[in-house]
Amino acid sequence: MKRFLEKAVRWLLTASGFVTSIVILLIIGFLFTEGAGLFREPVIEEGYVLALNSENPVRELNAAEIKAVFDEDVTNWKELGGADMPISTFRLEDADEHFSEEQLGAQYENAGALISGLVAANPGMVAFVPESMIPEDSGLNFIKDSSISPGEVFGGSEWFPTATPAPLFGMLPLLLGTLWVSLFAILFALPFGISIAVYMSEVASPRIRNFLKPVIELLNGIPSVVYGFFGLIVIVPMLQRVFGLPVGESGLAGSLVLAIMALPTIVTVAEDAMRNCPRTLREASLALGATKWQTIYKVVIPSSMSGIASGVVLGIGRAVGETMAVLMVTGNAAVMPHSILEPLRTIPATIAAELGEAPAGGAHYQSLFLLGVILFFITFLINLCVEFISARNKAKYN
Amino acid sequence: MWKLRPLPTFAGGKPETGNQDFKLEAMTGKKLVFSILLTICLQASGHAQRVKGSDTLLPLTQELAEIYLNEHPGAEVIVTGGGSGVGIAALPENTTDIAMASRRIKFSEKMKFAEIGLDAREVIVAYDALAVVVNPSNPVDSLTREQLEAIFRGKITNWKEVGGEDCKIVVYSRETSSGTYEFFKESVLDNKNYMSSILSMPATGAIIQSVRQTKGAIGYIGLAYLNRYVKPLAVSYDGGRHYAFPSVETASDGSYPIVRPLYYYYDSRKEAEVSPFISFALSPEGQESVLEQGFVPVKDEEK
Repeated sequence: MKRFLEKAVRWLLTASGFVTSIVILLIIGFLFTEGAGLFREPVIEEGYVLALNSENPVRELNAAEIKAVFDEDVTNWKELGGADMPISTFRLEDADEHFSEEQLGAQYENAGALISGLVAANPGMVAFVPESMIPEDSGLNFIKDSSISPGEVFGGSEWFPTATPAPLFGMLPLLLGTLWVSLFAILFALPFGISIAVYMSEVASPRIRNFLKPVIELLNGIPSVVYGFFGLIVIVPMLQRVFGLPVGESGLAGSLVLAIMALPTIVTVAEDAMRNCPRTLREASLALGATKWQTIYKVVIPSSMSGIASGVVLGIGRAVGETMAVLMVTGNAAVMPHSILEPLRTIPATIAAELGEAPAGGAHYQSLFLLGVILFFITFLINLCVEFISARNKAKYN
Repeated sequence: MWKLRPLPTFAGGKPETGNQDFKLEAMTGKKLVFSILLTICLQASGHAQRVKGSDTLLPLTQELAEIYLNEHPGAEVIVTGGGSGVGIAALPENTTDIAMASRRIKFSEKMKFAEIGLDAREVIVAYDALAVVVNPSNPVDSLTREQLEAIFRGKITNWKEVGGEDCKIVVYSRETSSGTYEFFKESVLDNKNYMSSILSMPATGAIIQSVRQTKGAIGYIGLAYLNRYVKPLAVSYDGGRHYAFPSVETASDGSYPIVRPLYYYYDSRKEAEVSPFISFALSPEGQESVLEQGFVPVKDEEK
């Protein structure tokens, strides 16, 4: 009976280990397949075409040019390599203004013919209509559609996922925003975190340590939306006054909030690592005549480096993936960050804010998954770094 | 909490591709409990009235349904959200009896209805007005639509260009998922895109907080959220001839321009079934809760 039980437990543990690993691999696989789907999507919204008058020589427009045309930033075909004539735009939703209900017919069966007639009569018109509506013999020209290119996605600097007819998925500003905020967060959190950890493990008396440790761990239990609110109401106006900024929502506000949030993780893990530094090492150092301070920075810190590094990485992990607090204080402007004092937008904030409304399976939805893949790679790289650091340390001290 | 809900692809003006799409929708615990209760109710009676659609109209319709059910204990009304596009798409599929919409039915949706011979009736139940707000210390108190468009598209970047102080304009907007975002884009920006450096906030409360503490700020919020910490602007849509401040009165007499009607759509063949609830919504009692919920009631002659 006992042996059977032991076997069952062992079997159960093995099974749970394998099941967890497989589920994680499946999740990663799902993330990748959904994200890669973006590059199969057409530039112009699926099922729609941009119809042009047959006299118009323009055949190719990229997403940015299409947006400029429909935003009326570009108003002459000359600027796009065509003839010198003004651009007029037509969307399906404008049909009510151009035609009466009687003209369209009870079942709107005449709509296709009327719209192609309208485009044929106006040389400068570009119409954004469903492909199925245009009759085959309409004699209109169409803008050549291609699939979204990785260059435009990873190198593009404009993020307009809901623009019609052609959304823009330039992820560079989001990626840089994430890296900037995380980098500054760690720059703030690291010196404070390590000094608190050193103080708690080496300097503080047991009474103070027993008081401080739960207080710092309490910070971990505060929900991130509370940090976000605190940031919006306290840190944002403070930065505005201190730096005389026109707007307080900035990368710096995000970094400060994240630094506070990453602090307890760094402190707890680093302090545990230092306290686990072997007693023999400390005593050997003191016996050789080193002072307490020399022992700390020549023996204790180097020997617990791998623990400190993993604390830092866990902290960075929290900073990179943090959503709600950042969403509330960074202003979420999808522009290339030129300074940390300007508003910026991070990847997790973008996913959280937009996934709820993105129609599943569409280009916008897939682009959010691709952002998830990018985030995955950032964290993966950081983890590799830690593995490397701790492996090197182990080799040195053993 | 997340819930998967099937959504036909032509919601939101997209063409049907044949397969069903899915849409992730955030649901609060309260909403979930509500829908579970409603599902149970649905199974209990076969002729419940189903109302589906716009999240803007959701709280109002739930309130109306609650009062209506108190007065008519035998009746059943089931209210679910999902967005205007979801509600309108559910109408031809017969998964709802009334579709709530915070925008007018799109031409592409009308075409879908016409294909299957569905004659949808339209009722305006309330109006929703958007107020453009600035920091109280800002001396500017009126703007035209053209000026607003230029500000929100990044063509005007300093308050002195519109008669204010020499101060950078900080533009706040809602996230792309918000219906308010779409409506403001349609009405004020004439369907053009916002500038890319716009600050997008996750909630109306965050916009108020930011506008309150930022000197050069401008943003837009629902009329019901106006408070003394932000200053509403008078807006003109006729090039500066007539300006109107946002209020329930100016919104209902039509002088304030950034107003959207909120609609109920229903199949004309089901008129007998749905008319008791709709006429309750339009009754003085129903319109009173419209006002309580921060919307603008429908005027008498429009009913």
